[in-house]
Amino acid sequence: MEDHFSSTRFLLISALIVMVGIIIAAMVGMGIQEETKGLAKPTLLFLLLFTSTGKLFSFVQFIGFFGPLIGIILGFDSINRERVSRTLSKLVAQPIYRDSIINAKFLTGVVTISIVLVAIILIISGLGIRLVGVVPGWEEIWRLVIYLIASILYISFWLGISILFSVVFRSTATSALASLALWIFFSFFVSLGAGVLSDAVAPVSQSSSGIDPQVLLKHERIQSTISLFSPMTLYSEATSTILDPMRKTTRSLILMGPLERLSLTRFQSPLPLLQSITIVLPHLVSLVAITFLCFGICYLFFMRQEIRTV
Amino acid sequence: MLCSSGWGDDNVKGQSIIETEKLTKRYGDQTAVNALDLQILEGEVFGFLGPNGAGKTTTLLMFLGLTEPTSGKVQVCGFDPKRDPLRVKEKVGYLPENVGFYDDMNARDNLQYVARLNRIPDEISAPRIDTWLKEVGLNEEAEKKVGIYSKGMRQRLGIAEVMIKEPRLIFLDEPTIGLDPDGTNRMLDLIHALSRDKNITVFLSSHLLDQVQRICDRVGIMIKGNLVAVGSIQELAKDKLGVDKERYTLEEIYMRYFKEA
Repeated sequence: MEDHFSSTRFLLISALIVMVGIIIAAMVGMGIQEETKGLAKPTLLFLLLFTSTGKLFSFVQFIGFFGPLIGIILGFDSINRERVSRTLSKLVAQPIYRDSIINAKFLTGVVTISIVLVAIILIISGLGIRLVGVVPGWEEIWRLVIYLIASILYISFWLGISILFSVVFRSTATSALASLALWIFFSFFVSLGAGVLSDAVAPVSQSSSGIDPQVLLKHERIQSTISLFSPMTLYSEATSTILDPMRKTTRSLILMGPLERLSLTRFQSPLPLLQSITIVLPHLVSLVAITFLCFGICYLFFMRQEIRTV
Repeated sequence: MLCSSGWGDDNVKGQSIIETEKLTKRYGDQTAVNALDLQILEGEVFGFLGPNGAGKTTTLLMFLGLTEPTSGKVQVCGFDPKRDPLRVKEKVGYLPENVGFYDDMNARDNLQYVARLNRIPDEISAPRIDTWLKEVGLNEEAEKKVGIYSKGMRQRLGIAEVMIKEPRLIFLDEPTIGLDPDGTNRMLDLIHALSRDKNITVFLSSHLLDQVQRICDRVGIMIKGNLVAVGSIQELAKDKLGVDKERYTLEEIYMRYFKEA
């Protein structure tokens, strides 16, 4: 069951990710160097390594978008490959509990994900320290650790989804495609659907009297509520807040009260770590919840399946 | 001479190792196994016969606790597989039909993996693996990937894998299906030797009658979920073909039962 590290597939994907990590670090690192030339050291510069978009995209965006692929690749054939190669019936005939098979599949996946992510973050930090010459402070390190935990949860959720499909579907190709379809659905269609639905329920019309704030508020509220169903939105809102201390809320500007907005413009200082955590705590808890829910369903399916239909 | 310890107390033939009482399995309104009453004695080679879909594999899975019986009682090695599946699986080896291996590992690693699943420490399992690879005639191919093995080699590796945990009882589901004549002979000799030399009870399901006739002490015939006959081949022949008949084959007996059912 601990064959993740030796498989060619896994080597390829981690090579790809490490490469991308290095490119991003180099790109962003040089960008930061130029931007901050002649300036006094801004606060929390180190985190910019992960959030600054450089020429193409930032590291955080990259993981948010392609992280699910790592989870899917690690899990999509975990059960049905054993079925196809007829080793599953042999495994269940050994004196082990049946759930230890599915637990091991999930746990080794989570461990693999953690090792990969830690490695990439260390690579970027190392390169960052060399290129930019800034040493991270404690607060920055803590923020990174929280980011790491959120990312592991997020990718584990996708691992759970793909293991679930590998339990449900007999063919490895079907389970891979199903996971990919769900990934595409969440990354594009949920936000698109949220826009369409909120337009339908509360259309914002450009009338002569200007935009009705009530309608606009409703529109925004519906859109953000629907988006929250997507784990991708949950994850990106949580991580961008935790890595960017200047962000004080996960809500958009329109949804804030006037006093809130006023205070936001008056106090342009970074938010303390604890406050950032308070803001993203609901997001993190939801991430934990959906990950466990997903694995729970997967577990139930596997335990109730008839072995003879192998 | 091999692994003579570990097989525990020298059980004499005569004690029953599997006992079932009205064992029944239904899938929906279909009855796969109907009120099965069966006793398997320690040390014997029992042939479980029947056409495809007669409920042979379902019975095996109930013996292993992999499928819950709908009703009835079953005891394997003194344990109830429904309530104590792990205890039963510790003592019982199961070779499924067309067993699979991890094709990208070699034979030795495959065996070691199974030994670890049985919580056998590596220093104990290593000599056992060597012995059994030699016993099944695969010691020269032990370092090759299982992916390139022929069907006969895979089946023999399957026997070695089942024996690694030194079971008292082994279930073999169609062990010779798809093998060439030479492979079949080697397999049958191997099974016969296990029972003769190690006093292991062999429960073998098959529909290849001439092979069963060669190695089995007793047979049971199952048709459409019902056990229609059980006993030694001579007894069944006496029953169905008449005592005076000199030459008989299991096939004749079987066809007689099959037509009646």
